[in-house]
Amino acid sequence: MKTFNYHSAKDVKEASKLASSNSAFLAGGMTTLPSMKLGLASYKDIIDIKRIKKLSGIKVSGKTVTIGATTKHAEVANSKEVKKAIPSLAALAEGIGDPQVRNRGTIGGSIANNDPAADYPSACIALNATIHTNNRKIDAEKFFRGMFETSLKSSEIIEAIEFDIPQKSSYQKLPNPASRYAIVGVYVAKHKTGINVGVTGAKSCVYNDKDLSGALSNNFSSSAIDNVKVSTSGMNSDIHASAEYRANMVKVFAKKAVDAC
Amino acid sequence: MASLVGSRVERKEDKRFLTGKGRYTSDINIANQTYAVFIRSPHARAKIKKIDTSKALKSSGVVDILTGEHIAKDKIGGLIAGWAIRSEDGSEMKCPANPPLAKDSVNFVGDPVAVVFAETLDEAKSAAELVKVDYKVLKAVTNLNDAMKSDAIHDGIEKNLCYDWLLGDRQKVKEAFDKADKIIKLDIINNRLIPNAMEPRACVIDYNTASEEITCYTTSQNPHLSRLIMSAFGGVAPENKLRVVAPDVGGGFGSKINLYNEEIVCSWASKKIERPIKWVAERTESFLTDTHGRDHITHAELAVTNDGKFLGFKNETIANLGAYARVFGTVTPTYLFGPCATGVYIMPAAYSNVKAVYTNTAPVDAYRGAGRPEATYTIERIVDKAAMELGIDPIEIRMKNFPTEFPFKQTLVHQVDSGDYVAGLNKAKEMSDYNGFAARKKKSEAAGKLRGIGVTSYFEACGIAPSPVVMMLGCGVGLWESAEVRFNPTGQVTVYTGSHSHGQSHQTTFAQIAADELGVPIENIDVVHGDTDKGTFGMGTYGSRSLTVGGIAIVNACKKIVNKGKKIAAKMLEASPDDVEFKDGEFVVAKSNKKKTIGEVAFASYLPGVRDEVKSPLPEGEEPGLIESSFFDPANFSFPAGSHICEVEIDPDTGHVKLDKYTAVDDFGTIVNPLIVEGQVHGGLAQGIGQALCENAQYDESGQLITASYMDYTMPRADDLPDFNLGFTCTKATTNPLGVKGCGEAGTIAATPTVMNAVINALGGKEISLPATAEKVWNACKELKKSNAKAA
Ligand SMILES: Cc1cc2nc3c(=O)[nH]c(=O)nc-3n(C[C@H](O)[C@H](O)[C@H](O)COP(=O)(O)OP(=O)(O)OC[C@H]3O[C@@H](n4cnc5c(N)ncnc54)[C@H](O)[C@@H]3O)c2cc1C
Repeated sequence: MKTFNYHSAKDVKEASKLASSNSAFLAGGMTTLPSMKLGLASYKDIIDIKRIKKLSGIKVSGKTVTIGATTKHAEVANSKEVKKAIPSLAALAEGIGDPQVRNRGTIGGSIANNDPAADYPSACIALNATIHTNNRKIDAEKFFRGMFETSLKSSEIIEAIEFDIPQKSSYQKLPNPASRYAIVGVYVAKHKTGINVGVTGAKSCVYNDKDLSGALSNNFSSSAIDNVKVSTSGMNSDIHASAEYRANMVKVFAKKAVDAC
Repeated sequence: MASLVGSRVERKEDKRFLTGKGRYTSDINIANQTYAVFIRSPHARAKIKKIDTSKALKSSGVVDILTGEHIAKDKIGGLIAGWAIRSEDGSEMKCPANPPLAKDSVNFVGDPVAVVFAETLDEAKSAAELVKVDYKVLKAVTNLNDAMKSDAIHDGIEKNLCYDWLLGDRQKVKEAFDKADKIIKLDIINNRLIPNAMEPRACVIDYNTASEEITCYTTSQNPHLSRLIMSAFGGVAPENKLRVVAPDVGGGFGSKINLYNEEIVCSWASKKIERPIKWVAERTESFLTDTHGRDHITHAELAVTNDGKFLGFKNETIANLGAYARVFGTVTPTYLFGPCATGVYIMPAAYSNVKAVYTNTAPVDAYRGAGRPEATYTIERIVDKAAMELGIDPIEIRMKNFPTEFPFKQTLVHQVDSGDYVAGLNKAKEMSDYNGFAARKKKSEAAGKLRGIGVTSYFEACGIAPSPVVMMLGCGVGLWESAEVRFNPTGQVTVYTGSHSHGQSHQTTFAQIAADELGVPIENIDVVHGDTDKGTFGMGTYGSRSLTVGGIAIVNACKKIVNKGKKIAAKMLEASPDDVEFKDGEFVVAKSNKKKTIGEVAFASYLPGVRDEVKSPLPEGEEPGLIESSFFDPANFSFPAGSHICEVEIDPDTGHVKLDKYTAVDDFGTIVNPLIVEGQVHGGLAQGIGQALCENAQYDESGQLITASYMDYTMPRADDLPDFNLGFTCTKATTNPLGVKGCGEAGTIAATPTVMNAVINALGGKEISLPATAEKVWNACKELKKSNAKAA
């Protein structure tokens, strides 16, 4: 690991001011630190944002659940309020990595990183999330731009993620047997306003599968999906799963999710 | 006093390991130590044109940088193959030189070419990045199937062939096949595995400039052997100036048998730079450079009669040695594999033919089971295929071909002293509720799932012996084991063993047997191992040999202690030694109440006299003290055996295989500590199941290891495994006084075929290759559905 300057920011303003194109925020460190140790990334400045109280915590209103950016996966998984308002979201958090990762990794870090196989991005898509940063609000659909790419600017800090509480929802994941990230993860949510099917793991970036949500809008049952054809185009392919397998699993896990709603 | 052999004594090691008080190599620090970082080849095959260290040498904190040139100049020898194997045509095997630092060519990704020593680890790493190695990259040989048709990797080794070995009689096999009703054919790939010990390899070297002694702390399964090789072949230092210590070692599974490049280089360099050196592998280095396991391609044929009797067996295998032949690399696919390939069956004729080839991949060597898992996988898969093709129940076909009389002369080599295969399989059948399978299958089917049942009966040959035979077969050393038992004057006992524990719990098991022999409370017995400066020579731990060889040396040394004690006690009690009996720690004169405890005798042996009188408790000619040693060389291998049965449930929508039930019935002869043996079986099963369902080391065409981290190499996890249902039968080994057989590898040997037989059973006999990953199984399910639809 190369040497770097470590800063512990006392508030969002200070953190943002310290940021540059050669810095990273330190939330759970579960992505940043391993990549630095492996020599895949190096930064001049590491800006620790864990001390900023305002960034952590869970708030539930009538219609939404708002989770602070540095809230850990374990906190979401164990939150009584989340379990009550959006049980599928708590279950998603419970299924991330292992206990060590869940006790460190944060929701803000996860979506800022936008790993194509991460779980939370699918929740953001399915639950019409609004990403609150220190200077704007971004719709989830516009936030995730591509592989490891978001619409965040380098000095921009995610403060919280606000999820709509759906009528019904479920997240079903086919974990990579080695890493337990998602080979395919499908988040189905039924809102008054419509249905979303957030799919992660399958392509280079999370997406809302309009064919699946279209079929489900007419008939919210797993059999409605039977005749939808999920194309292999754009699907990832690696030693664990070919594009063909992934495409099929999107369907299989979408059905499982609908059945579990 | 109740016997401790057979009781569930809690491990003496637990307190240390469970409270984080273990002391591993990387916990050791020597004042003024430097840190080593190795520069490794990023290419699978290349010529080294030039190494430029000039910039790196100027980097901050650098003490020295050494390369293959330096090591060659100092005439330091390289790594060796421990077994010489001859080809069928009588020619000797061909092994390339394997210098500790490559000088002219590199042959796998991770092959070390240079080493940096610096004041801190960070400085060493930074400097390593500045070392410029100019390579001429050559086309790598990575495909095992094509290796014999590819360029020769090593000068003078044509077709990349180390040997083409035969065991058995081709003519007899041909005759048997001519008489067969049916020939069952099977092509299998026994996939490559990475051992993944929890503790990565490491070494800490302390060179004493005054005494010129080198102390090498290292992660080894056999410190004496490492010292011998480093001295005799490496020429690093004479044995008396070299101390090798393997302290707590966090798992080996065979990967820590070898003396590796890093230990030789750091030991040699410590003397050169006159500084202590510390090297600890990063996990990626472990993936790349620990010896790997398995990696065979096999074509097997079984000749059968219509009613399921076996007539003959052919085993044609290509075994991957990787880039170089290492300590057990050449014997694992021959004498550890070939003889066991006929399994637990009466097989009138058989042969095993193995071609071992070099490829540009990490060296392959013994990995838990070493050869016997590959053998068992071959025979147990083909026996199941035979059962299916003949329409015979898998248990019935096995029963039909079991020997029922022991000793059993197995077709190819072994004279199996004891066993009862019928009893083991019957017990497994009952414990697994084999007869209830059909009902459970129906239930699974109703839920849209496929259920399969798999059976394996195995025997294995472990505790390789006796030495004259193994040396006749080509082994460079004898495979006996030594022990020394020392009484202190005040009655505690220290047991020194040449065996090594890296998870096997010697401190408990060995103390139990010594406690029984000596009648001393187990609390007063310490077991010491892993240090060439302590106790006698030792051959180390692998091949399930610790108890059957090392444990017996302890028993024998204890018996010598008792013998001497008896003479001393007799003198003290003024009786004839013939009238003295030893029982429960006491020497008793027959038909009297005169007795001495062994503690009293030990005390007297060290303090042989009394005040005011010239009187010794020692008989004429007897020396003071109570210390005895023993070297035990068993008359034969030990032959554990058993039958395992498991059930899997497959989700055809995803291809996910759920291991639902697993029953293992093993015969390990006398069991010293059931708690520890069950632990060994559990761990072994997990590794065998890992190979069946998830573990798979993969190289790409250019020789890059694409499963070089836990993001891609799938280890089995606790939640992949069911509760194991364990049972035991017991036929005692006749080749040692305790009647014990090895238990360390059995689980791994039996589990892989058991699980695969179940998966293939669920798939209606459709073959799939190891490991049964979700996508492969999903594809098979799709094809099954298609062919079922056609049939309907
Ligand atoms: C072994 C292992 C297994 C894992 N398994 C899974 C899994 O199954 N599923 C899954 O989804 N994830 C998994 N992860 C990822 C993990 O869950 C973390 O969510 C992820 O690593 C990032 O979160 P973090 O808090 O650790 O971020 P950090 O590593 O601290 O930061 C990551 C990046 O996000 C940026 N960042 C962090 N916080 C903010 C913020 N508030 N505003 C703007 N930018 C920010 C940083 O600048 C940095 O670039 C796993 C990780 C490991 C190590």
